[in-house]
Amino acid sequence: MESVIEIQGLSFSYPETTVPALRDINLSIGRGSFVAMLGANGSGKSTLAKHLNAILVPTAGRVLVDGLDTAEDDNLLSIRRRVGMVFQNPDNQIVANVVEDDVAFAPENLGVPSEEIRRRVDSALRQVGMYELRMHAPHLLSGGQKQRVAIAGILAMEPEVLVLDEPTAMLDPRGRQEVMDTVESLCREQGITVVLITHHMEEAARADRIIVLAGGQVAMDGTPREIFPQAEQLKSLALAVPDGTELIGRLNAAGMDLPMDALTDEECASVIWEGLCH
Amino acid sequence: MPLMELRGLTHTYSQGTPFEKKAVDHIDLTLYEGHTVGLLGHTGSGKSTLIQHMNALLKPTEGTVLLDGEDIFATKEAMRAARFRVGLVFQYPEYQLFEENVFDDIAFGPKNQKLPPEEIDRRVREAAAFVGLGEDVFTQSPLELSGGQKRRAAIAGVLAMEPELLVLDEPTAGLDPAGRADLLEKLMAWREARNATILLVTHDMDTAAGCERLLVMDGGRIVMDGSPAKIFSQGERLQAIGLDLPGAARIAMLLRQKGADLPEDIYTIDRLQEAILALWRRKGEQSC
Repeated sequence: MESVIEIQGLSFSYPETTVPALRDINLSIGRGSFVAMLGANGSGKSTLAKHLNAILVPTAGRVLVDGLDTAEDDNLLSIRRRVGMVFQNPDNQIVANVVEDDVAFAPENLGVPSEEIRRRVDSALRQVGMYELRMHAPHLLSGGQKQRVAIAGILAMEPEVLVLDEPTAMLDPRGRQEVMDTVESLCREQGITVVLITHHMEEAARADRIIVLAGGQVAMDGTPREIFPQAEQLKSLALAVPDGTELIGRLNAAGMDLPMDALTDEECASVIWEGLCH
Repeated sequence: MPLMELRGLTHTYSQGTPFEKKAVDHIDLTLYEGHTVGLLGHTGSGKSTLIQHMNALLKPTEGTVLLDGEDIFATKEAMRAARFRVGLVFQYPEYQLFEENVFDDIAFGPKNQKLPPEEIDRRVREAAAFVGLGEDVFTQSPLELSGGQKRRAAIAGVLAMEPELLVLDEPTAGLDPAGRADLLEKLMAWREARNATILLVTHDMDTAAGCERLLVMDGGRIVMDGSPAKIFSQGERLQAIGLDLPGAARIAMLLRQKGADLPEDIYTIDRLQEAILALWRRKGEQSC
């Protein structure tokens, strides 16, 4: 797979600290892929995410976005257009009084012509399922809707990569579902590369690839079906496995012989039902 | 023993304007001493408005709140007393740390209670120990702590007031899975040691599964009230109002749909594991 982001020997220390936040990270992120980033609080996930659009630049090593070095000032604007970020708290990311104005904010700042802004805003709102509410006041929306407006604001820049730092942490179950469905369809249907930081294993299970950080280094890297059966190692890194994987692991320990690569609730139920019937 | 009673509690925002909204609608509820209660409901269901009445931060439009049988809104003194007897921990409380060092931050509540210095000292140490903060951080600025430590310092500040009712709004949001489990364990140990009552507002169904009683809010009313087993056996109703089930309950529901003979009230992995193994061990007798 062609890569959109290349991270080479990246190390980073915050000013006036002795312990580096990131140490010798080497990763290649495939164009159009859906990558979930897991790790305990303080493992370096958010620090790494901020390197992907040059909010932070490496102390050592380099990060390339479409071949552009994030440490070069001249590349800054090009990189910010290519890589958009969405954060935890939707209330801190909304600036306008009407949904569509909020979505238009970034392209306006980029100097995009107005007919083109109209087209992009409509398209972005449709992609996140918020077109019908385009004239609403953002502060009256639910958390999931606000977060989708924030995502639309990024989409209006027509980015290559969408980086989301715990976008569902403050949402209720329905809001979480709405945001995850939106993110997944942007990747699968629009070909946008997604990097999702999360503490929710069920969300990570929807990705193509899981990268686990620990102590500022890459501790695990593989598909969900490769990562989640390694329950002991995940737990030792303050993480968990999805409930279904945990259950199947325990049933096998008690003597059943079930395949360990079931991920979704439906797959887990099927595997268990098969095991009961044969 | 009833600790707190809400009687016909109603709160209407912007009353008399076109934006009038009844956020809490005639709620009757009794909370008992020593219980751990979970409060569930989607965003906008009225949870935050409800809990702000419990320590007199918001005054009801109608109805009242009784603490040990006394109306907490009766006098200024009663309202003040309620602020100390009912501790409220808001979402992301770490953003509310503001003192120069961690000790003073935790001591802020007890100082306001006008307690003698030695009592304040004892309470700060005890509260810090409960949340697992070492005394070595007492002299540090709260801003120097890690995210998880800040959260614990903020909660310790409320524990140091030794509230009889502790209300926490999403205390584990943003914590990693080990951090979530650890914080809940510490809160339960505190509740046990003090025979206090805990009300947890949460969207995390695994957190809810650890409570003795669950309340579900929708449209400003309490629409479900019962044990986790009772609440989580009504999966479709929960999902219809925008809530979820613990993973074990979801998988159990799917297995039942396939024909597995599993009890309806399963919501923990432990019980689901037992029930599946029981079926498996006698599978010779059953046909699929």
